[in-house]
Amino acid sequence: MGWLGPAELEALRLSLRVSFWATLVTLPFGIFVAYALARWRFPGRQVLNGLVHLPLILPPVVTGYLLLLTFGVQGPLGRLLAEFGIVVAFRWTGAALAAGIMAFPLMVRAIRLSIEAVDPKLEQAGATLGASRALVFATVTLPMILPGVIAGAILAFAKAMGEFGATITFVSNIPGQTQTLPSAVYAFLQVPGGEAAATRLVIISIIIAMGALLMSEYVGRRVAQRVAGS
Amino acid sequence: MSLSVRLKHTLPGIALDLEFDAPPGVTVLFGRSGSGKTTVVNAVAGLLQPKAGRVAIDDRVLFDTDQGLWLPPHRRRLGYIFQEGRLFPHLTVRQNLSYGRWFAPRSAQRENPDRVIEMLGIGHLLNRRPAMLSGGEKQRVAIGRALLASPRLILADEPLAALDDARKAEILPYFERLRDEVSVPILYVTHSAAEVARLATSVVALQDGKVLRHGPASDVLADPSVAPAGVRAVGALLQVKVAAHHEDGLTELEAGGARLFLPRIPHRIGEALRIRIPAQEVILSSKPPEGLSALNVLEGRVEAIRAGEGPGAIVSVKTPAGVVLARVTRRSVAALGLQPGGQCHAVIKTVALAPQDVGGRVSNA
Repeated sequence: MGWLGPAELEALRLSLRVSFWATLVTLPFGIFVAYALARWRFPGRQVLNGLVHLPLILPPVVTGYLLLLTFGVQGPLGRLLAEFGIVVAFRWTGAALAAGIMAFPLMVRAIRLSIEAVDPKLEQAGATLGASRALVFATVTLPMILPGVIAGAILAFAKAMGEFGATITFVSNIPGQTQTLPSAVYAFLQVPGGEAAATRLVIISIIIAMGALLMSEYVGRRVAQRVAGS
Repeated sequence: MSLSVRLKHTLPGIALDLEFDAPPGVTVLFGRSGSGKTTVVNAVAGLLQPKAGRVAIDDRVLFDTDQGLWLPPHRRRLGYIFQEGRLFPHLTVRQNLSYGRWFAPRSAQRENPDRVIEMLGIGHLLNRRPAMLSGGEKQRVAIGRALLASPRLILADEPLAALDDARKAEILPYFERLRDEVSVPILYVTHSAAEVARLATSVVALQDGKVLRHGPASDVLADPSVAPAGVRAVGALLQVKVAAHHEDGLTELEAGGARLFLPRIPHRIGEALRIRIPAQEVILSSKPPEGLSALNVLEGRVEAIRAGEGPGAIVSVKTPAGVVLARVTRRSVAALGLQPGGQCHAVIKTVALAPQDVGGRVSNA
């Protein structure tokens, strides 16, 4: 990548790291919440559904500010995490947290759709054959929704790569620490002569986003085939 | 092994309140759709939690609301054969078959997979996925999958209802083999009198969530007041032996000294069978009939005449071959002067004896 300057390369590397961890850490929660929303009827289900979708409809800057209030140095959860030596404010981990929360609704939606495509009667059949709930999930549900899970993860990764508003509000725009790819584009555009660097990063952004979208479409199409059993 | 069931449950439009014991062999839950059959099976399987009741296999209690005891489905060790098969689409036939074995305790694994695969004739399908199977093949794999879980009880919920007649004829013999070669009791749900006639050791007739009648298949099917699947399902069961196969495509049966002819069936000469004679295929004559195309004429004595609300009546005639039921009009009863104790002749059209009403090797009918 010789044509990228050190600052640009740094931003790309940071973005990949932030998105990777944001996706990996939220994935188990995403599967759990998607399963709960698809299969269980419990009081507060609509509230949970609303909460999951909130980052999708709130202005990102609002989400970022709420994160700052909660996880900032003075925030209740921020102080709690600080007790364990974890500081997220103005660190790359904070960028990952913001990216994960912003990507969460997309991930849950994709996984939930694939769970809803699995006939619960197959899960019942598994139970009558001696598999406990957890084993039915592991041997019937999970293998059948796997393409949906992968599609959801790719989508979440792409969304995390592009997260800007909540990230810059929550963890600011510190080169090498919290300056992700979109933040770097923004920063380059603020200085005279930064257009060339910004353009290079824009091209990379487009490639990553399109690649992820195509991949998730491809994997998503296999959900239907898999559930149909071919 | 025997199963005892007591249930109380309310569903939209039906209040279930019933109690029965199922002896070893095939116990058929027989009734119209909406009579509560599937609810009973699902409660036994643990897929539905009834308001009150108790289900036990011998002295092993599956649930008892009085004791507050409820085993979840996966701890009941039952084999459930569903109407739609419900094979796992992401697994091969081989993996589907071994699914239950993954979870059954090793000590309980009685069935030998090779024997079951051979019995069901599915050896050539093992590496296929369910999407590549025909309806009949799917159901055979489903039977194997249930059996290989080494269940204490097999449940079958209308396992043939989704199949066409040819596929039904393909699968029924496998259930007969299951009944005759495997010692696991079977609770079998159907609304088909033909399936009852072929498979049932005993029948529990259900109507509107209640047990209407419980007893041997021959008694329940012959009782027109039961007719859980409607008057068309009324028919008598006869114990017969295959006497000869004739060149003109007929098979001759022997029953209590009387001869019956029906279109050729594949069973061996000398084999004992049970055949069902639908009441609506039998006509009565007060004198020995002459110039008639029907080959089967049984002479007998009228035992009882039961008139329903409509124009029809069911006449039971005791013949040397067994009791035969005839569905005739009340007008004919009067015109022929039929009375209990009187002589008459039951005429059965040969082609009315359909092969699907012929079952094999039934010890206790």
